Amino acid sequence: MSAPSPAADVPRPTRPPKPYTRRLSMRITDVRILSQAFFFALFIYLAGVTWFSRLGGYPVSLFLEVDPLVALATGLSTGTIYRNLIWSLWVLVPTLVLGRWFCNWMCPYGTLHQSIGWLFAKITGKDRLDANRYRPLFRTKYVLLAWFLVMALFGSLQIGLLDPICLMYRSFTTAFAPSWDVAAERVRQVAPWLPGWLLASPGTKEPRLFTSAVLVGWMMLALLAANLIIPRFFCRTLCPLGALLGVFGRFALWRIDRNPQKCTNCDLCLMHCEGASDPHMLLRQSECFACMNCIEDCPEDALAFRFMPPKESGVEHVDTSRRRLVFGAVAAAFTAAFARVSGATRDRHFDPKVIRPPGSPDEREFLDRCIKCEQCIRVCPTNVLQPALFQAGFEGFWTPIMDMRSGYCELNCTLCGQVCPTGAILPIPIEKKLGLPPHQEAGPVKVGTAFVDKSRCLPWAMETPCVVCEEVCPTSPKAIGAYDEEIVRWDGKKVLLRKPFVRPELCIGCGICEHECPVSDSRAIYVTAVGETRSKGRSLLLKSRLPMVPPPKSHC
Amino acid sequence: MSRRWQDPLAPLETPRQGHVGDAAQRLAYPPGVPRLASRREVLARAAKLGLAAAGFGAAWAAMRDPLGEGALERPEVVRLPEGGFAVAEKAGLPKLVVVHGTDALAMLRAGLDALGGIGRFVSAGDRVIVKPNVAFDRSPALGATTSPDVLAAAVRLFRAEGASEVRVLDNPINSPEGCFHRSGIARAAGEAGARLILPDPVHFRTLEVPGAELIARWPMFYRPFADATRVVGISPLKDHNLCSASMTMKNWYGLLGGRRNQFHQRIHDIVSELAMMIRPTLVVLDATRVMMRNGPTGGSLSDVKRMDTLVLATDQCAADAYGYETLLGRDPQKLPYLELAEKRGAGNRNWRSVPMRELTV
Repeated sequence: MSAPSPAADVPRPTRPPKPYTRRLSMRITDVRILSQAFFFALFIYLAGVTWFSRLGGYPVSLFLEVDPLVALATGLSTGTIYRNLIWSLWVLVPTLVLGRWFCNWMCPYGTLHQSIGWLFAKITGKDRLDANRYRPLFRTKYVLLAWFLVMALFGSLQIGLLDPICLMYRSFTTAFAPSWDVAAERVRQVAPWLPGWLLASPGTKEPRLFTSAVLVGWMMLALLAANLIIPRFFCRTLCPLGALLGVFGRFALWRIDRNPQKCTNCDLCLMHCEGASDPHMLLRQSECFACMNCIEDCPEDALAFRFMPPKESGVEHVDTSRRRLVFGAVAAAFTAAFARVSGATRDRHFDPKVIRPPGSPDEREFLDRCIKCEQCIRVCPTNVLQPALFQAGFEGFWTPIMDMRSGYCELNCTLCGQVCPTGAILPIPIEKKLGLPPHQEAGPVKVGTAFVDKSRCLPWAMETPCVVCEEVCPTSPKAIGAYDEEIVRWDGKKVLLRKPFVRPELCIGCGICEHECPVSDSRAIYVTAVGETRSKGRSLLLKSRLPMVPPPKSHC
Repeated sequence: MSRRWQDPLAPLETPRQGHVGDAAQRLAYPPGVPRLASRREVLARAAKLGLAAAGFGAAWAAMRDPLGEGALERPEVVRLPEGGFAVAEKAGLPKLVVVHGTDALAMLRAGLDALGGIGRFVSAGDRVIVKPNVAFDRSPALGATTSPDVLAAAVRLFRAEGASEVRVLDNPINSPEGCFHRSGIARAAGEAGARLILPDPVHFRTLEVPGAELIARWPMFYRPFADATRVVGISPLKDHNLCSASMTMKNWYGLLGGRRNQFHQRIHDIVSELAMMIRPTLVVLDATRVMMRNGPTGGSLSDVKRMDTLVLATDQCAADAYGYETLLGRDPQKLPYLELAEKRGAGNRNWRSVPMRELTV
């Protein structure tokens, strides 16, 4: 050591002196906050323009397409990398160099969690240091990841339950955006001059309806509330994407490194540590979010983001044993088997109301692909798509099904397939959906078949004229016809009844008949999945499409 | 004033000298030291209690609802102007003009001239509602919706005549944005200088239609009508599965909200009541492309027949009867809603007895 400096006997200040009074350059953490704000705003913007009148060729599913967990898990379940999923390299390659930068620089869900903690979790002093220490609980995410990946390998894609991007899109689509519109409608009743573009889904006759809104919304709120107890609880404990990035990020070339010569073991680096990655001792590389707060907090300048620091100054391995991972994998194998045993994917025991959007492949292939992100539900102009509960079995939880009471399938629309990031709904051209040339041989895509409930239908059961179903049927010739019958009603009045029937060769299952049926609770005409084009085993007619019948003569 | 504990019941050691402020009180009696409340404190508390009691009483008086009906929703009811939006009749002018041709603008202009000139219908400062039929998400060639060319021509003529605003609106059956987009109406209206109004919950009010039975009180697309001065309906001529044909009177169905799918139980009554609800300035029956069958949705070019005809009328009943007989080739005497509409004073279904002109442009 050299001679003691003149200031050696001056007592250490209790707080580090401010290095500068006027900030001329940005700190690295300011850059990080700007990056988070940018990506959060981009997320909201892209989610906002995922709407008929705002579509303009934007990559609306961008965040899902750069999500490496989506690419990897669908790769495992389908053996292919669909369309834009290769974009996940934009996140993965930098992770190999910089560690889990995504979690604190780009992930909109991470930003949300951090903001909630900043706003509402006032943990101070030593409590705060302790809240940011690593806990064994945080290894849960690796076991979950193993479970998710093995489930995917067995053809059951469940990552969407907890993948932060899927969770974010789903919460936005089915809970927060429609709630905003409900609130906005209240306000606009009083102040009608407020412009309609403030709405998340403008141009609809009423705010959108989602049967799962409370469930999806509460899941989001509960996970956000967990920040009040353990900061970044979701990111540290549950996030399967974070776990995946942790596995890849442990080889990162740059990482936080502590200089033990300078360090006084004050632990102030834990004060704002987002990842709970132990920067005060051996850095847990797979937990570090590269938020850089520790560097700013260190009064001794003992921490730096360094290129290839010595191996012994960090922990490269993921803090979980092989046995735990094996347990997760075996549990996943059993879960996948349970799901297939319980029968939702079988052809003779499926729920009649599991009607998949047009362009969906066979149910098993659909479950290989669907990540429950609800982008199809967001873009659907009629609100027909709803996140399923258990209709489609455990595996199909929160996958899109068509509920003809909340909407119907718009004939000239294939938007759901355009936005689907994983090909669970294929982007079929409109000609294919409608069976126009060159697809006339295959005929139109049927999503199900309509049935008349004669015991509830007004003309059939109640001596009352109606046939709204026939009126709105969009095929030409119409798939709903009517038998004319003049009757003498109970009160002696003569009435012409038109009693509807379905022509199954022509019906495409779009469900507008069910949607418009005036018997509004349990509809007198309704669609079930049988006869859907996508499934050979669920067909109804001997031939899926009989030769075209001549158009019926219009009555006068 | 001492800081030690005092027996609250014992008399104060030092009687208070004049007014001692609350701050001094707090100083004298730090928290935890029992003390007697001062007179001022007692009075202040009593006053607060009195205020709270008065507030509670006032709230109770205002919110008292012994029968439980006070909180039930009572919709605000509105009416359209007496006499509707019709222009005064002029002797010697036709009420029904049929124009054949292919140029929509020229056809409309010629038709309006024959009806007494466009100035009779629209003048400077008018706020004009143009009501097309955009019920379905169909491209214009399928004839399920009003032709965008005819709509654009009408908007241009009205704007050129000085109308301060032309509003184009409809409450379609399919999703509104899709319908207006696919039918070409959104684009045509925008390019011609009209304001497009999509149905929105804030636009609907309960409308009272005097004399009507089914829609005596019914939610209607009212807000754009509140300050409108002219209403022009432009509707395609279509086959209809239930009421045989959808023409100018049926077009007003697109202004209804609520559970309107119940009206099919008495379709002819509702169509004739719609003619009572709206007394239009002018109706245009757009028979450029006529849907001959499979209506009202169509969906195939084979359902559509080109007729290159526009029917302009101040009498919507006559226009419908003419279109039904001459263009669709059916017998208007057998169409119940025409008879009902005539009974309800909407016009004359014997179009042959109505002053009429036929032109070719």
